[in-house]
This record gives sequence, C-alpha cells and structure tokens, in this order.
Amino acid sequence: MALSSGNGQQQLRKPFPVNWLLRLGWIAVLAYIVYASSRLNVSWDRLVAGLGYGGDFLSRMVPPNFSRWKLLLEGLIESLEIAVIASTLGILLSLPIGFLAARNMMPGWVSWSARALIAICRSFHPVIVAILFVKAVGFGALAGIMALVVASVGFIAKLFAEAVEEISLKQVEAVRATGASFANVIIYGVLPQVLSRFIGFSTYQLDSNLRNSTMVGIVGAGGIGGTLFAAFQRFDYDFVAAILLSIIAVIMLGEYVSGHARRVFE
Amino acid sequence: MTLPEADPQAARGDPPRPLAIRGLCKSYTRGKPVLTEIDLDIESRGFTVIIGPSGTGKSTLIRCINRLVEPTSGQVLFEGRDVVRMGRTELRHTRRRIGMVFQEYNLVERLSVIENLLCGRLGYVSPWRAWLRRFPQSDVEHAFTLLEAVGLGDLAYQRADSLSGGQRQRVGIARAVMQSPRLLLADEPTSSLDPKTSVEIMELMVNMAGELEIPVIVNIHDVALGRRFADRVIGMSEGRIVYDGPPGDLTDAHLNSIYGGGGWL
Amino acid sequence: MSSTASVQRRFQRFTPRQRFVRWVVLMLSVAAITVSIRHVEVIPEFLYDAPEQLVDLLNRLWPPDLEYYPIAVHEALLETLHIATLGTVLALFLAVPVGLLAARNVTRSTTLNWLAKLILVSSRSVNSLVWALLFVAVFGPGAMAGTLAIAFRSIGFVGKLFAEAVEETQVGPIEALRATGAPRFSVLVKGYWPQVKPAFWSIALFRWDINVRESAVLGLVGAGGIGVALDASLNLFYWDRVATVLLSIFAVVILAELAVTQIRQRII
Repeated sequence: MALSSGNGQQQLRKPFPVNWLLRLGWIAVLAYIVYASSRLNVSWDRLVAGLGYGGDFLSRMVPPNFSRWKLLLEGLIESLEIAVIASTLGILLSLPIGFLAARNMMPGWVSWSARALIAICRSFHPVIVAILFVKAVGFGALAGIMALVVASVGFIAKLFAEAVEEISLKQVEAVRATGASFANVIIYGVLPQVLSRFIGFSTYQLDSNLRNSTMVGIVGAGGIGGTLFAAFQRFDYDFVAAILLSIIAVIMLGEYVSGHARRVFE
Repeated sequence: MTLPEADPQAARGDPPRPLAIRGLCKSYTRGKPVLTEIDLDIESRGFTVIIGPSGTGKSTLIRCINRLVEPTSGQVLFEGRDVVRMGRTELRHTRRRIGMVFQEYNLVERLSVIENLLCGRLGYVSPWRAWLRRFPQSDVEHAFTLLEAVGLGDLAYQRADSLSGGQRQRVGIARAVMQSPRLLLADEPTSSLDPKTSVEIMELMVNMAGELEIPVIVNIHDVALGRRFADRVIGMSEGRIVYDGPPGDLTDAHLNSIYGGGGWL
Repeated sequence: MSSTASVQRRFQRFTPRQRFVRWVVLMLSVAAITVSIRHVEVIPEFLYDAPEQLVDLLNRLWPPDLEYYPIAVHEALLETLHIATLGTVLALFLAVPVGLLAARNVTRSTTLNWLAKLILVSSRSVNSLVWALLFVAVFGPGAMAGTLAIAFRSIGFVGKLFAEAVEETQVGPIEALRATGAPRFSVLVKGYWPQVKPAFWSIALFRWDINVRESAVLGLVGAGGIGVALDASLNLFYWDRVATVLLSIFAVVILAELAVTQIRQRII
C-alpha cells in the first residue's frame, strides 16, 4: 500500500495520516455494542417478535378512552399541585443551601458539606427518592412532594451556587464598605446579580417537576402516575392512551407557560 | 428569444461558447428586480471583471451562472446547454465544470488544507468514497502538486482555520482548480484581504486560468485592481450592464455613470 | 422610557406595562401555591410524623449490608450501565436522521420539518419510565425494554439539540461544496458534519450522563438493571440491602459525571 506500483521509488503521498488510536477506538465501540447487546439479550429476533405485539398493543390504544375523565382530571390536578408545592419549597430551600455551597461566600467546610448534600440530591432519580419517602411517610402526595423537593434542591441549589461563585466581588466589596451587615451585603450586593438567573433555573425546574410529578405516582407517591400504572396493570390500554395524551398536553402547556413567565422576568 | 439553443455559434457547429447569458432577470421580491435583462457572452479565454456599486446585482449575476441563486427568467447557456432548465443531476455535472472562489473563502474550517482541496473533487467522487476518505490516488497527487503550486506545500495537514486570509484564499482557488473547471467564477475574492495580498491573489487567478486555458469572471469593488488585471470590464448599475469594453477605454465619464456622479474620483 | 410632557426623572428600571405583567405573574403564582396547599390531600398525621419517620428510615438503612454487593448488586449495576450506554448509542443512530429532517437548512420541506419535530417532541414528552412501561408491555420484562426506553426517550433530546447545531452551521462552506457539484450526501459528510461534530459528541456525552441516572429507575417497572435489585430489597424490607444499592447508584452516578467532565476537557 505504501509503495506505488511500477517503479516503486516514489512513496505515495497520503492525504489523511492514519490514526490508529481512532480506528482502535471504533473497533472497541463496535465490539462493545455486540457484547452489550448479547449480555442484555437484545436481539433482532426479539425485536421482530415484539413488533407483532407492538402492533396489537397500539391497536388496543386507539381510540383513547376518556370515559373515566373524572379520575384522570383528579390525578392531573394532584400532579400539578405536587409540582407547584414542591417547586415552591425547593426554591425556598435552594436559596440558603446554594449560598452555603458557594465557595466564595463560605468557609471551606461549610461549602463542602453543602456540596455533598446537593450531590446526593442530584444523584438519585426523583422516582427512587419517592419510593424511599413512600416507605417512610406512607402512600400519597406528601411523599411525592418531598421527593421533588429533593430533586429541586439538587438542581437549583447547584446552579445557584455556581451563579453566586461567578458574581463580581467588586459590588459586594462596595456594599460591605458602607458598613452594611451580612444580611444587607447579601440583599444589596449579591442577590441583584443572581436573581434573574435564579428565576430562570426555577422556572426550568418547575417544568421538570411537572414532568416528574406525573411519574412519582408509579411508586405510590401521588398524582396521575398511580392511575397510569394501574391502567397498565389492568391492560386498559385505551385508558393508558388517554392518560398519556393528557400528560403530554399538560407538559407542553406547562413548558409554554413557564417559557413566557421566564421572559417576563428577564 | 424563445429558441431553446439561442447560441448562434452552436448552430454553426463550432465548439459552443463557454458562456452566453440571454435576457437574465432576477428578483428576490416580486416587482423589485435585482437583475434586468442581462445579455452577456464570454469567449473561451480572457479575464472579465465586473465592477459596480454594492447592491447592484454583481454577486447575484455570478451566482445565477451556477444557480446558487435561482434566476427568475432568461437563459444561462454553459457550453451551449441552458443551466436554468437543467434537472438536478445535470446541474450537478455542470457545476463541477464551473469553479468558484468566494469572498469569505468558504473553506470547511475544521478540515485539513489537503482535505479542503479534495473537496473540489466531491462532484466526481461517490459520496461513499468521500465519506471513507478514499479519494482516487490521482486526485490526491493532483491536490499535493496544486498545493505546492499555490505556495502552501508545507501546510497540507494544517487545519484550514489556522491559516491567514491570503493563505485561505489560495486554498479556495486551488479547490476550484481541483474541479478541472472550464470556467472560473470569483465573487469579490479580494474584499477581505489587504492590498498586497489582493494583488497576489489576482495574479494567482490569472496564472491558473492561463494554465487551464479557461475564462475567468471576477466581480470586484476595487476598480483600480480590477482594471489592472482585466482583459474586459463590465460595468453594472442598478441591475443592468452599462459598460462593456476593454479596461483602457473606461473613462471617468463611464465610471460616473456606473457609480453615480460626484466628486469621489 | 417615559417621555411625557411633565418631565419625569424618577428612576424606573421597567416600563409600567412590564411591572404590571410581573405583578400579575407573581399574583398568579401566589394564588396557585395557596390553592395547591389547601387542596392537596396530605394527611396531617403523616406530615407531623414525617421527621420522626425519616430518622427511623435512616436508622434502618444504616449500616448498609455490603456483603450483598457481590451477590446481586454488582451484576445489576453493570447491566444498568450497559442499558444506559447501549440506549444512548441506539438513540444517536436514530436521532441523526430525524434531526437532519428537522433542521430547516438541510431539509427544505416544511411538512417534513414538522413531522420530524413532532417525533422529537413526542419522544421528549414521554418520560423514560412510561417508555419502559410501554416496552415492557410489548417485549416483556427485561433489559431490552429498558434499553429501548432509554433510546426512545433520548431521541427527542439528542435530535432537538443536534438539529439546532445543524441549523447554526455556517452557510459559506456549504454553498462552496454545492458549487463544486457535490451530491447531497457528500455535502452532509464534508460540509455539515465537520462543523457539528464537536456539538454532536458533547450532546452524546451529556445524554449518556443523564441516562446513567435514568436507567437506575427502570427496574422499578421491570425493565432491567439495578432498579430490579432495589425493588426486590424494598419489597422484602431488607433496608440494609437498600442502602447498599443506593450507595452503589450514588457511586456510579458520581463516577459517570467525573468521566464525562474528563472526556469533555480532553476531546472537545
């Protein structure tokens, strides 16, 4: 390959130097895909077999059955309430925790412990947290609210701490120079710089909470998710379709509303 | 005017003229024509420079030739075939015979210089081979030779975004030459360059066109630079050709009619 | 702002209209919160009891039963990682064509753009748990359902961001390649791809990180992975085992995040 045919004196110039590392990388990726597929028992046959079921399944989903709309509405409203309360509490808690986690505001040990708390909150999917709270405080909306508060703290407090760490210290110094108290330094020196971003994170988290509040019911933590799971277990697929469509509609509506709310405060 | 092949040379059986434009009109919004009834013949050799104020349709005219801009009406006869009426494949095949050099160089910045040159062959190489970077060795050899010819032999493996403006435009010209074009178009090729580099770039285009024995159409806003290299000057104003002749005959009166009167001269 | 005849020199950050809109939004939020708190069904005894119950739960979780890790957790954890990775890979393959159809500068048909966007939005609006429920119903319980759930949830995310990256590419190089007579696919490969490559890998890493977290829950609905072990321990009230599972999830998630940050710094 390296020598030209014929005289073979002149080496062929290669436009693209061969990157063996990259080739090895691709081979490794391909090998991994094959290995992982076989380990997970993912196979073409199963896929094809499933597609037959899938058709049957889809046909049982149409037309969506809205006859139990009362149950549906109750669940949706409870999900909304969970999202609203959890967001409010989460935002209120995130403010102090975020401050404590900001390394430019707090001594090292305080910020590190606050960061550890945030990391724990972030690492677990809200549904896993919900399942723990269900075991702790029983079935119902309370467990869902607590789970989503944890998720909110994990998200908002982290970004809030980062925002506080990025602020200009000059303004803080200026306020401090007037002899203001610590609380006043925060209110006049720090908050104005981070408030709009804080509102941004919060509306984003409201969206995310709304999505998850429709799910925590799967493990018994209140909201439409419980109704959905029950419908699945009873093979009421036309009701499942109705619930899914309603959830999607609510989530899109929520995204639209929170997007506009965000713009109002920008 | 409605004849499909309106080129008299073609009718006589001579090799068709490289480019003939007949009654070309273009308007982006209805009722506001950018080009009105352009007629233009380009002979098989020569350096044609289009001058005119900004916004007068120079760039649109150049882009109508390879249909980067879709003409509204009229004919663009490239080697006797009407580009305006071509289907997709034929248009593609025609485009690879028309090299184009751009004001902003338009290199693919994250690719190496040599790969940018090879991009000039994309019209000839199957997409599959292009994807796997399996360009024919003859193309590769040609690219390296050409790169040396434009004075960038050492930069083959550099990424295009590490080059200076002048170097990038050399790559741009080399990419166009890689197409083995029968016509070279250049849309303000020197506008982003300093005066010295501009002259070098113009010289390079003249030399390349000489070697390939093909005509060049350049639109340019620097009248002096254009005149210096042109065999023929076309002056445009408000979407029409108002001057067409050798650079020596271009008088201040002509320039006034092209750019509008005033003490700017 | 206010240039009325009577010279108003009062400092105003916002126009009266903006202030009014803000006030309305604030009032609506307060109303929503009040109504929610009043209406939501929280059994008061549960609420008062909650702190005590939580302490109790923590006591039961501690100390974790680390011996359970090699027995059942390790394998399940690996399965979770495989589900996340394979699901992400599958999503990348599926999202690229949909993303290209959604990008208006590549696909010049509004109908196709809309169709692609519809696919992306539906994919994103359905939670991965719901996708898992659907796929468990179709393919039966197991990791395959989980992998497909992760993939289908990720298509929307990856496809949307990919389409945005494609729409942000510079036109110049694309125009130049079209002018050489390059076929469409060549323009995609040599014009668009080099420009979106960094964004693409960044999106892929980002989504993989999220998917590691998401795939940990899929087992709760029977779609394989560590969630199955969690569910089993919970149902049998083996709290020390639950703690082991939670700790291992925590460790994997943190490791994944570290890995992603490292790769991002090195490559992109």
